[in-house]
Amino acid sequence: MNAALRQTLSPARKPCGSLRVQIAGETCVLRCSGVLWLPTHRALIAADLHLEKGSAFAARGQMLPPYDSRATLDRLETEIADLDPGLVVLLGDSFHDARAIGRMADEDRARLDRLASGRNWLWLEGNHDHKALADDARTEASLPGRIVGDMALGALRLTHEPEPRTPGDDRHGEVAGHLHPAARVVAYGRGVRRPCFVTDGSRLILPAFGAFTGGLNVRDPVIAGLFATEPLTAVVGRDKVHAISWDRLP
Amino acid sequence: MPFVTTAAVPATLPPLFADWFAGRGWSPRRHQLEMVAAGQSGRHALLVAPTGGGKTLAGFLPSLIELAERGPRPQHGPGSGVHTLYLSPLKALTTDVERNLTTPIREIGLNIHVETRTGDTKQSKRQRQRDFPPDILLTTPEQLALFCAWEGARSYFADLKCVVLDEVHAIWSGKRGDLLSLGLGRLQQFAPGMRRVGLSATIEDPDLIRGWLSPTPAVEDVALVRGDPGAPAVIDVLISEGKVPWAGHTGRHAIPEVYAAIQRAGLALIFVNTRWQSEFVFQQLWAINDDNLPIGLHHGSLAAEQRRKIEAAMARGDLRAVVCTSTLDLGIDWGDVDLVIQMAAPKGSSRLVQRIGRANHRLDEPSRALLVPASRFEMLECQAAREAVADNAFDWEPIHIGTLDALAQHVMGVACSEAFDMQALYDEIIGCGPYRDLAWEQFEEVVDFVATGGYALRTYDRFARIVRTPDGRWKARTKDIAQRHRMNVGAIVSAGTLNVRVAGRRGGASRQLVPGRKVGEAEEWYFEQLTPGDTFLFAGQVWAFQGIVGTDALVSHANDKEPKIPSWGGSKFPLSTSLADRVRTMVQDPDHWRVLPPDVQEWLELQAERSAIPDAESMLVETFPRGGRHFLVAYPFEGNLAHTTLCMLLTRRLDRLGVGPLGFVVTDYSLAIWSIKPMDQIDLDALFQSDMLGDDLEAWLEESFMMKRSFRNCALISGLIERRQPGAEKTGRQVTFSTDLIYDVLRRHQPDHLLLKTARADAASGLLDVARLGQMLARIEGRIRHQALTRPSPFCVPVLVQIGRERVGGDAAEMILDESAEHLIAEVMDEDAP
Repeated sequence: MNAALRQTLSPARKPCGSLRVQIAGETCVLRCSGVLWLPTHRALIAADLHLEKGSAFAARGQMLPPYDSRATLDRLETEIADLDPGLVVLLGDSFHDARAIGRMADEDRARLDRLASGRNWLWLEGNHDHKALADDARTEASLPGRIVGDMALGALRLTHEPEPRTPGDDRHGEVAGHLHPAARVVAYGRGVRRPCFVTDGSRLILPAFGAFTGGLNVRDPVIAGLFATEPLTAVVGRDKVHAISWDRLP
Repeated sequence: MPFVTTAAVPATLPPLFADWFAGRGWSPRRHQLEMVAAGQSGRHALLVAPTGGGKTLAGFLPSLIELAERGPRPQHGPGSGVHTLYLSPLKALTTDVERNLTTPIREIGLNIHVETRTGDTKQSKRQRQRDFPPDILLTTPEQLALFCAWEGARSYFADLKCVVLDEVHAIWSGKRGDLLSLGLGRLQQFAPGMRRVGLSATIEDPDLIRGWLSPTPAVEDVALVRGDPGAPAVIDVLISEGKVPWAGHTGRHAIPEVYAAIQRAGLALIFVNTRWQSEFVFQQLWAINDDNLPIGLHHGSLAAEQRRKIEAAMARGDLRAVVCTSTLDLGIDWGDVDLVIQMAAPKGSSRLVQRIGRANHRLDEPSRALLVPASRFEMLECQAAREAVADNAFDWEPIHIGTLDALAQHVMGVACSEAFDMQALYDEIIGCGPYRDLAWEQFEEVVDFVATGGYALRTYDRFARIVRTPDGRWKARTKDIAQRHRMNVGAIVSAGTLNVRVAGRRGGASRQLVPGRKVGEAEEWYFEQLTPGDTFLFAGQVWAFQGIVGTDALVSHANDKEPKIPSWGGSKFPLSTSLADRVRTMVQDPDHWRVLPPDVQEWLELQAERSAIPDAESMLVETFPRGGRHFLVAYPFEGNLAHTTLCMLLTRRLDRLGVGPLGFVVTDYSLAIWSIKPMDQIDLDALFQSDMLGDDLEAWLEESFMMKRSFRNCALISGLIERRQPGAEKTGRQVTFSTDLIYDVLRRHQPDHLLLKTARADAASGLLDVARLGQMLARIEGRIRHQALTRPSPFCVPVLVQIGRERVGGDAAEMILDESAEHLIAEVMDEDAP
């Protein structure tokens, strides 16, 4: 069958074809929304929301649509409704820049409050948003939940920016974001570029969750260099996470 | 054939000029004198003439005469500005024209200062041109867009007397033409007495360009001057060993004869329709180049210095042949070309005439051309094109309506130059041909878009790019915003391209790839389909693809003779409607078949016997079983774009009808769909009913990659996304922002946004050819001729052959991911993890 028709003719798919892996002994569910679900801890982890990226560009004269925060929160809301997590950890760079919180629409701010109510909600600091978070905490404390630095969760260590690999230490159990990994998959003369998870079973890098976040190719030395052996890429598809081996990625 | 001219009685030349012509042994041509007359009576003029008629000189003569008669020129103040502005769609043409213009100026002994200015011109020279304008400035439409955004543009162009637009036929009907027209409207405000002069190759309906050129709704305000026709071209069709292949589109079978033709010629240009095809033909010719003839390659992806080298070698007479694409279509003379070879079908008579004009620039001697059809349908097309050229019939062009993304860029440019009054600017804009019917509400929407992005959610008012002055006019908010706009003007949007570089490796163990020497540039989508190790042809060599790093595609030399990845996909240009009409007319008339080679005649006779030959107004549809599948083959002759769109829509309907369509392929002439169940009982009139252009089209379009591609163009041209940012060039890395992400978000949250509407209109007219499809469906309504066959007909062979060659197209994303998924690895990891 040729691909142009595939879409029309393929049978209904499962709601979310997640991929289940073990990292440092913890069961990790890689969801096709791009979030990490830790069933043992009932914890939802999402990285790099970059809220208000659109308005950050607009402030500098490029009028990107002002709907990115709304679109990102829509997706987050769907996942929260599906999973009902007891703990939500946003893994850094939740806001695009230092003034992002002030630019958020009232409606979006109110939605954050709604989503956070009744559960633990942690803003882990990232390079883009540590100032925004600190300013908010110092002045209005308008955000729900708490601001944290790196933290442990079971056998996992949650951090924004992955530590460089040093000999003898394979960063066992590290879960990080920051790098926005994306993979290019090639088959049948076509290429597809999608956000992806990257893991070697020891550490895990999450894809960026924000609506306007671009990606860095996993083959780039910045990402590839974090792993001693060829890692697995879990590519986020429309309704399934696809495990794809390293040698298929140009 | 009578040549109607609306210009005044031909003038005589002033003695200085008449003497110069006489001294060269020339006499001025009629159309040159008519252009002088039009100039002297202060009229706008369009000159339509074939190549080789002294067209450029005709355009400049009135200005040269005026400048020769003027007194001493003041250094500053009134009268010190640019007198004539010349705009050419090709940078290289400005240099060529400068050379051709300085000769008469020097020989007549005129004191006229001519300079060129393009994107490559040094900053110091640009600054000098601002301080001390030349009399005649030769430049490109992109520079005009920049001038319009200059502070002080109004006073700089106050003395402008004339604008000459060269090769206007090649530019008027696109977005570059929209911006150019708006720029002309601006210049006319600065210099109300300015004359507009267009120079065009021969076209079917010059009134379209007159209307575009005219500052008023009246085409009569532009004098039409026609040049005399040149000697009729001698066009031969190459029949290799007396046979025409059934299918194919490369003309590979005829390479030895093409080589023999090159041996007999002085300098041959071999035109092909795509870059990849040029690579292929180049490689094939060198494979049999026993005489070591100097044969070169020229196409738009090659590094600029490599192209310059080839051009210089042509000019010196060092080459015997150049394989080229449309990069050599337009009017530069790089040498004494005496033979033009068109490999594969020409797709339109206008382009063919333009290309043939590259051979022999003397009007009174015939140009020689050789057409090399790659298949039997192409044989019909070549014959039709040959007859069209003999009949002086050119391709019709559709009416073009100005696009709103180009308008948005122009409005921003005006605001960077000076504060504007909305009503006054609106009046100026509706004076421009493509925007004559622009509604005030549309204009308001564009201004709102320019100011704040045009979003229903009005959160960007405080960031507005243009703001109102106390007297109610609009101007750019800050100097920085204006400067950034100036860096991003123009309507040329290249597809995402990557630099092709030879890969090196950095120090030993890390084996990290590093970019080395640049070989050229090529479209990102091409590399998207390669995996490391794949070999392909580029710049005349076989390379192995290594990987993409940043904006570079890294390659290494490969020893393969044959590249693994064939790189062409049919023709880049869709078959023109007028040529398609001719082919259909020829096919239905057995008397006409006699001009065709015997094997093609037999093929047509066999088709008549086994299936049917449709008449020109009907469409033939054949159904037959083959290899456990059921096929439907239709012959609309409307070009591959319209056919692809049609197939997308037909298969949706067939799916709903429950026949289980499995796939489709198209050629320029026909389309084939195959399915699980038979299709011979389907009501074909209902299947092809034109209401498919409604909801089905909408639904499919929104998801299609073509929509994303046109959205990207609109976003870049309108200035929503900046192509260049201050400091970006220094690092050599393009600033890229995924327009696909923006498209997805915008589509969901504001589906009626200006840019989405613009992108839809663009996709419908360009990439999908919906208008043409609509006309075709209307034409065949109730006139489908169905043949239920038991086996394939002679006509359907080319499209069936295509099936084996097909690569996956359309929205294949999910399928690719599916097929690549390796659950095994995941399971292994699951167990092995500690």
